[in-house]
Amino acid sequence: MAKSKEKIMEIVFLLAACVSILAVALICVFLFANGIPAMKKIGFADFLLGTTWKPGNDIYGIFPMILGSIYVTVGAIIIGVPIGLLTAVFLAWYCPEKIYKVVKPAVELLAGIPSVVYGFFGMVMIVPAIRYNFGGTGSSILAASILLGIMILPTIIGVSESAIRAVPGSYYEGSLALGATHERSVFRAVLPAAKSGIFAGIILGVGRAIGETMAVIMVAGNQARVPKGILKGVRTLTANIVMEMGYAEGLHREALIATGVVLFVFILIINLAFSIIKMRSEKE
Amino acid sequence: MENIQQAAKPSAMMNEAPMNHLTLSDRLKSYKRTPGSFLVMLLVVLSAVATIAALVFLILYILVNGIPYINADLFSWTYTSENCSVIPAAINTVIMAGISLLLAVPVGIGSAIYLVEYAKKGNKLVKVIRVTAETLTGIPSIVYGLFGMLFFVTALKWKFSILAGAFTLAIMILPVILRTTEEALLSVPDSYREGSFGLGAGKLRTIFKIVLPAAVPGILSGVILATGRIVGETAALIYTAGTVAKIPNSAFSSGRTLAVHMYLLANEGLHVNQAYATAVILLILVIGINALSSFIAKKISKA
Repeated sequence: MAKSKEKIMEIVFLLAACVSILAVALICVFLFANGIPAMKKIGFADFLLGTTWKPGNDIYGIFPMILGSIYVTVGAIIIGVPIGLLTAVFLAWYCPEKIYKVVKPAVELLAGIPSVVYGFFGMVMIVPAIRYNFGGTGSSILAASILLGIMILPTIIGVSESAIRAVPGSYYEGSLALGATHERSVFRAVLPAAKSGIFAGIILGVGRAIGETMAVIMVAGNQARVPKGILKGVRTLTANIVMEMGYAEGLHREALIATGVVLFVFILIINLAFSIIKMRSEKE
Repeated sequence: MENIQQAAKPSAMMNEAPMNHLTLSDRLKSYKRTPGSFLVMLLVVLSAVATIAALVFLILYILVNGIPYINADLFSWTYTSENCSVIPAAINTVIMAGISLLLAVPVGIGSAIYLVEYAKKGNKLVKVIRVTAETLTGIPSIVYGLFGMLFFVTALKWKFSILAGAFTLAIMILPVILRTTEEALLSVPDSYREGSFGLGAGKLRTIFKIVLPAAVPGILSGVILATGRIVGETAALIYTAGTVAKIPNSAFSSGRTLAVHMYLLANEGLHVNQAYATAVILLILVIGINALSSFIAKKISKA
């Protein structure tokens, strides 16, 4: 009796463990089954490379949105990575323990703030500031990049800091013993050794930025055309789905789901790159 | 904790050993010889200051602009377009968090138990489970929202409902609970298990009476972290739970959570002041939840 109970519970635990496999399988099946037919109907090339998005005329080209996602992500990386990386260096090699106890939870809190609150902050603070200083509407690639740059900070800082800490102390000491300054030792001996871990952090940040939805919608302007400058509005893949899903029907709706498929494939590629780099850094 | 001490070592050593004692002026002098290093140090400190400044500025800006608009109207029992009451949305948030956790916590803990206590090393299935759990972590919330809409709302015909939203969120937080529980179980020393086996207890009894109780604080901190994500989630809910601003009659009626409420207020642009006030409530909630989680996590590391 007791033995069969043990066996039954083991199977129960096994089933629970298989739920995440089931979830991923269901997500893939439902997204692809609903998105791929629409892509076929529209034509893969027309859908992915078409520069016009006019659901009223049944023209569905998501190239502007793909570009939009790439632009704001690159912008976020340009702003977020240097600040994040240097902050990670600060946490690992500069700050006294007392300051660490304040800064570290603050960085974690940055990760916990909901994206709508970020978006709202961008809407009432960053967008007007850009409008005031540079003209235009303010809702722009620049606004989205700044906001996303702040939002990916905790990811970059967290992963980079642990990568930097994983470098053996002897690297630093050896460099110091050769007469290098503290800065030179940290940046020329320790950081290069933590390279792949830091890179993994950046890729994770790219994933966050490309998948972010609500915050971007609130500051990016959302015009579905190829943007002509960083002060112009832009629509990302994620924004495209949320903006129009509410009233879309028929092929329009399917085209939006197909947009989700494109986003999902992007994320899968990024995830794959992340795990490959992480594996490599663990081997080192 | 060990890591922190390790990092602080260089400066600590300088302070303790009188032979290499460096005062602030010594340091400044050495920076004078190497202006490049000084510049780099300045950049590092400035970056850290910028990170903290962004956080402090964001929180203060919203608090200062929002607190004056927190009034009794905001907490009326029913929502109208005049009072923009947060109460229905707040109640929906609690219900949503309750159902999602009820779904995700047992499954998450169960799978962590399987991975830590049962699975043999090099098991192929374990590898697949880990990869899928990691994939789930990386999927953006809008993709969860799309999936929830296609599966729960359309295929299962649940319509826009609290239940559809809760199931969607449950999948989203599953990897969080799985990972934190796994870490908590791994941190329980093997001697606990051996002691229990040695006294003649079976595997199941050992897990439920010895291992799980010892891992409770770690699991709890993960559950609270997941609650924080539920409270802050918007994109996954708009097209699964819908946006009706009412206290739901049943699990099958639509209802907006606080974060969705906040998004709609901000996007309409008609009630910016109330949006500020809602943002304050949301911020305080999330900061509280985060603080609770790290407080519990700290307790474990001390124990």
